[in-house]
This record gives sequence, structure tokens and C-alpha cells, in this order.
Amino acid sequence: MKLHEYQAKNLYAKYNIPIPRGRIAASASEARRLCEELGGKVVIKAQVLVGGRGKAGGVRLVKSPEEAEEVTTQILSMKIKDLPVRKVLVDEAVSISKEIYLGITNDRVAQRPVLIASGAGGVDIEEVARKSPGKIARMEIDPLLGLRDYQVRDIALSIDLPRQFWRPFGEIIYALWKVYTDCDATLAEINPLVITAENHLVALDAKIDLDENALFRHPDLSDLRDIDGEDWAETQGRKFGVSFVKMEGDIGCMVNGAGLAMATMDIITHFGGKPANFLDIGGGASSEKVAAAIRLILADKNVKAILINVFGGITRCDEVAEGLVNACARVDSDVPMVVRLVGTNEDKARRILSGASLVYADSLVEGAQKAIAMVKPEVA
Amino acid sequence: MSILATNKVRLLVQGITGNEGLFHTQQMMSYNTNVVGGVSPGKGGDWVLDGKVPVFDTVKNAVEVTGANASVIFVPARYTADAIFEAVDACMELVICITEGVPVLDMMRVKEYLKGKKTRLIGPNCPGMLTPGEVKIGIIPGNISRPGNIGVVSRSGTLTYEVLYSLYKEKKGVSTCVGIGGDPVKGMGFVDVLELFEADAKTDAVVMIGEIGGNDEEVAAEFISRQMTKPVAAFIAGISAPPGKRMGHAGAIIEGGSGSAESKIEKLKSVGVRLADYPEQIASLI
Repeated sequence: MKLHEYQAKNLYAKYNIPIPRGRIAASASEARRLCEELGGKVVIKAQVLVGGRGKAGGVRLVKSPEEAEEVTTQILSMKIKDLPVRKVLVDEAVSISKEIYLGITNDRVAQRPVLIASGAGGVDIEEVARKSPGKIARMEIDPLLGLRDYQVRDIALSIDLPRQFWRPFGEIIYALWKVYTDCDATLAEINPLVITAENHLVALDAKIDLDENALFRHPDLSDLRDIDGEDWAETQGRKFGVSFVKMEGDIGCMVNGAGLAMATMDIITHFGGKPANFLDIGGGASSEKVAAAIRLILADKNVKAILINVFGGITRCDEVAEGLVNACARVDSDVPMVVRLVGTNEDKARRILSGASLVYADSLVEGAQKAIAMVKPEVA
Repeated sequence: MSILATNKVRLLVQGITGNEGLFHTQQMMSYNTNVVGGVSPGKGGDWVLDGKVPVFDTVKNAVEVTGANASVIFVPARYTADAIFEAVDACMELVICITEGVPVLDMMRVKEYLKGKKTRLIGPNCPGMLTPGEVKIGIIPGNISRPGNIGVVSRSGTLTYEVLYSLYKEKKGVSTCVGIGGDPVKGMGFVDVLELFEADAKTDAVVMIGEIGGNDEEVAAEFISRQMTKPVAAFIAGISAPPGKRMGHAGAIIEGGSGSAESKIEKLKSVGVRLADYPEQIASLI
């Protein structure tokens, strides 16, 4: 789960990481008033849950309350990567003498947390990583031992940080490590961490991703979820406990298990079709869940056929079948469905579905081909 | 003998009184797996499944009484890390964790703790292992596979069943099938299992099922080119998946170019692994 910049900054502030003075605004007049309060020179920053805001024009320096109002009006009418901007962060402008990158994330290769730092921070950090990897310092952290002082010195030295900043820099790294572990973050990032003209370290931007699997122990952080800032279908999917990602094709998919769901999309693609979505109903799918999944797929008007592929292990085929019958009864749709059910209680499932107008397939290949034929009758 | 466990295993089920734990204990027992006991804190002294299986409060206690040497974990995600630590401290040789949704920070701590210990961990978020006709630890359906000489190792759950089933339909048998699980931080990886298959006299060829994300398949490809003499066939899921949700800049800096299905397929092909275009094709490649 991603946090907005302002939410992440509020968290950082609680851990004593210095952030610029700033407030959130939902209207241009509010932004104007905040600009006055903050001394007239501020940065207006779109709050959306995607990267690349700056390059899309969602981050602007303004020099007067009038300009703040005008620019905020523009930003609030923008869409950044399809997401509407509903709020802006108004931060006091800071004069920058150096930009540092600092981040802690999970390194799945090392299977450990890793601290990453660079003296070449800023919007082009990924390019720096590609072109001059020598400018990026990385340090694995033992998750049982935690971050150690010598590691902080090592990192400071390897990014050529002037000695006078080592102490405040160390305090910020420790705080970031605490945020990462206390909150079960999968990413805690400051880019850039700047050295100001007045020789202070300030976190100008903040990015936090939280581990969805750990939210059960952080009810306060779960409350920060911005439902409006997320994709509608993915939010719906989460509500019913299914994992959903929309794609561009016309064959809707409903599958149990992420690997099999991907393989089902792959096979549709392999035989010349286009999957409309990734949908994993998970293990032990109840009939309500199946019905919700079907409605979710049908909400996409591009869908011309649905392929249902369930390999029953924990998931019982008869339960899936009941869900399908339920969904078909409740949803008014003439989109054809191909069903392939194998495994636990397969025969029972067939009996349940015998009255419904569905096309059966015995294998995944057959299922994919039949679904493709429905979408492209000229090929059949 | 098969890899990881035989019919001599003395298996403990952690979380035996939950719905899933109980159901799958029954399934494992009807496959003749030697389940010697279960653990469920607060329920020590009970017997389950018509009085056939004793329940203990702690793993330590269960080991003292039953001599268990392996455990399978079905406890809820929030208690899973503790259950694994408990099994490791009780010197289990093999721990298979079925539970999904375990926080990744918990798993990183588990992984660190396992270093230098003799316990082998499989999972979490995995279907477990099956040696057809001999032993089943976990939730892989027993009726879609027959004994044979093909080793199967997979990061997926139901996709593994799909492949097992297509081998079954082609009358090809399996020595052992291991589902290592799809989580980013987990116990045994592809290489650990490939190593066991390479050394196993009953395995003549290996099927590997991977998916997008991480670099497990790339590392496996290097191992295959250096150390495997047995033929390997593979399927990698996710060639049509949209680019994964990126984890800020740090994820891109770390993962660089690896992780995509193309990169994995390329790498595996370059070391002589035969790649299937779809799961059901794999039976014809081995």
C-alpha cells in the first residue's frame, strides 16, 4: 500500500526527520492562504500515488500567493497517469546546495533489507544507477542485528558526504530504519534529501510503501489508505478478496492462483487472443466471491468472452460452480463463458452447471481456443 | 529414495485444529503419510481425527513425546514466524510452511535465523511436497500424479497442479514434486532443490516452473549450466503480464533488467533448458 507524500512526511516528522514546513490543500484558495503563511515562496506538489509527478508538471515552484492560486488551479485539474489530482502539498521553498538519495527496501536477492544512498540524488536517480552504478552505495542490513553505527559511517564515506553532516545524516538514517521496521514498510525513501544553503539536511520528498500482509498490526496506517487515489477495480477486488489487474484485451479471465492466472493470460496471448484482465480468486473461493469476480470482469465493457479456469485443490469446483450460477442469475449479460473446472468435486460442479448456458473445455488449451473463437468468429 | 522426505518421516502439523490444518491432515494421512501429532497452543492433551492424532501445546513437547523430525505449518499468518522459529529451535530437519500472507519483514528475520541451522525450510505460501505413492506433506492433490523419474520444482501453487496433471495424462511419472512458494523471501530456492534432484538416483529429468519477479530463475540457469547433468524443461508464467507495480526508485535500482519473463526465458534457453509456451506443453518436452 502506497502512502501519499504528505502522509509519508507526517510519519517522518514523528520520527524527527526534518521536513520543510508545509500543509495540504484541496483548493486553490487554500493554497493561496498557505503560501502567504509560509512566506510567499513555496512549492506546489500534486498528491498522486504514482511516480513521475515532477516530469508531468505536477510539481511547481511559485513566488507569490496569486501564482500559488493560479498554479494550484491548474494542478488540481490535471490527471497524472490517469489519476486525478485531488490535493496538493504546499511546502516552503528551500534553497538547495546538494541532493542526496536515501532509501531502504527489501532486496529479494539478498533476502535482507538494503540501504541505498547516493550523492547524486534527485529525479534522475534511476538513470544514475544505470549509467554510473559506482555512484550508488548499497549496504545490506542484518534484520536481526539491525542497523549499526559503523554502517552509517561507511555509507557517509562512500557517498563523499562532508564530515560536518555525518551526525545529522546518521540520525536521519536511523530514523528511516525505524520507520521501515516499525511500519513494516517495503520501501522508505527520501529523494532528495537536501543540504540547504544554510547547511541543514531536509527531506524534500518522501515515499513509503507498506507491506499489505503486515497491515493487520498497523490499524492506524491502514486508515491512511486513499481509496479514491486507487484504481476502482483493484479496490473492488480487494474488498472481495480477489486480486485484479485490468488489461487492454477483450477476454476476461477468472482463475484460482496467481501463477495459473498468469499462465492463463499467457496461453490466450499465445493462441492470438488478448486477455482483458488478471484475476486470481485465491484458494477456497466461496460462491459470493466468484459472483463478485464475474461482476468485476463484466464491468469492463471491452470484455466479449470470459474464460474461467479453476484447478481445484483447496478450492472446490462445486463451490465455484454455485458462484457462477448465482452470478449468471443476478447479472444481466449475454457475454459467453467458457468454463474449465478440474479437481476436487469436479463431477458435482458439472451437475450444478448442466442447466446453465456455458461452454465446457476439458483442457486449458481447449478453453483458450474456444474463448478466442467467441471473440473472433472469423477465425473459428 | 525421494528427496526431502520419505515414508519414514515423523510429521507434526502446527495449527492442526484449524479448518485447513485438520482437513489437510486427514488428506495427508489418507495418502499414508506418517503424521505423529499436532500442535495447537491451549489444546494440548486433546486428540483429533477420531482419536488418531494427539495434540500438544508446544513443538518441544510434541517432539519429546513423538520423536517428530518434520513439521508442516497451517497457522494464521500473524503467528507464522513464531511457529517457524519454534520448529527450528526444536531441531526439525524439515519445515514446510503452507500459510500465505506472512509479512516480509518476519520472513527476513526467519531467513537470517536459519543461517547455520540444520533445518530446511520450504515456503511460506507454498503447496508443499509430494512423492507420488509414498509421502505427501502439504496440500498438493495426491490423485493427479503417479510415481516416476521426473522431478518437479515450482514457485507456483495451482499452476504446479496443472503441470502435474498434464504429466499424468501423458502417463509420465514424478519422483518428487516440490512447491517452493511464490513469496519474495522464502526458504529453499530453485537451486537448493535442483541440487537435490541432481543428486537423487530416482530422478532422471527435471521440470521447473517459474514466474516473473526476482531473479531465482536466472540464478537457477547459472546453476544448471555449471552443475546439472540431467535435462531440464521449464515454463515461465507472466510473459503477457503488465509491467509489475514498481516499488519506487529503490526497486528499479536493485532489480535492474532482471525479473521479466523475457529475461528469464532468454537466460534459461541459453543454457540448454527447453521452454514450454504453455503449461500443458511441458509433458511433450521431457
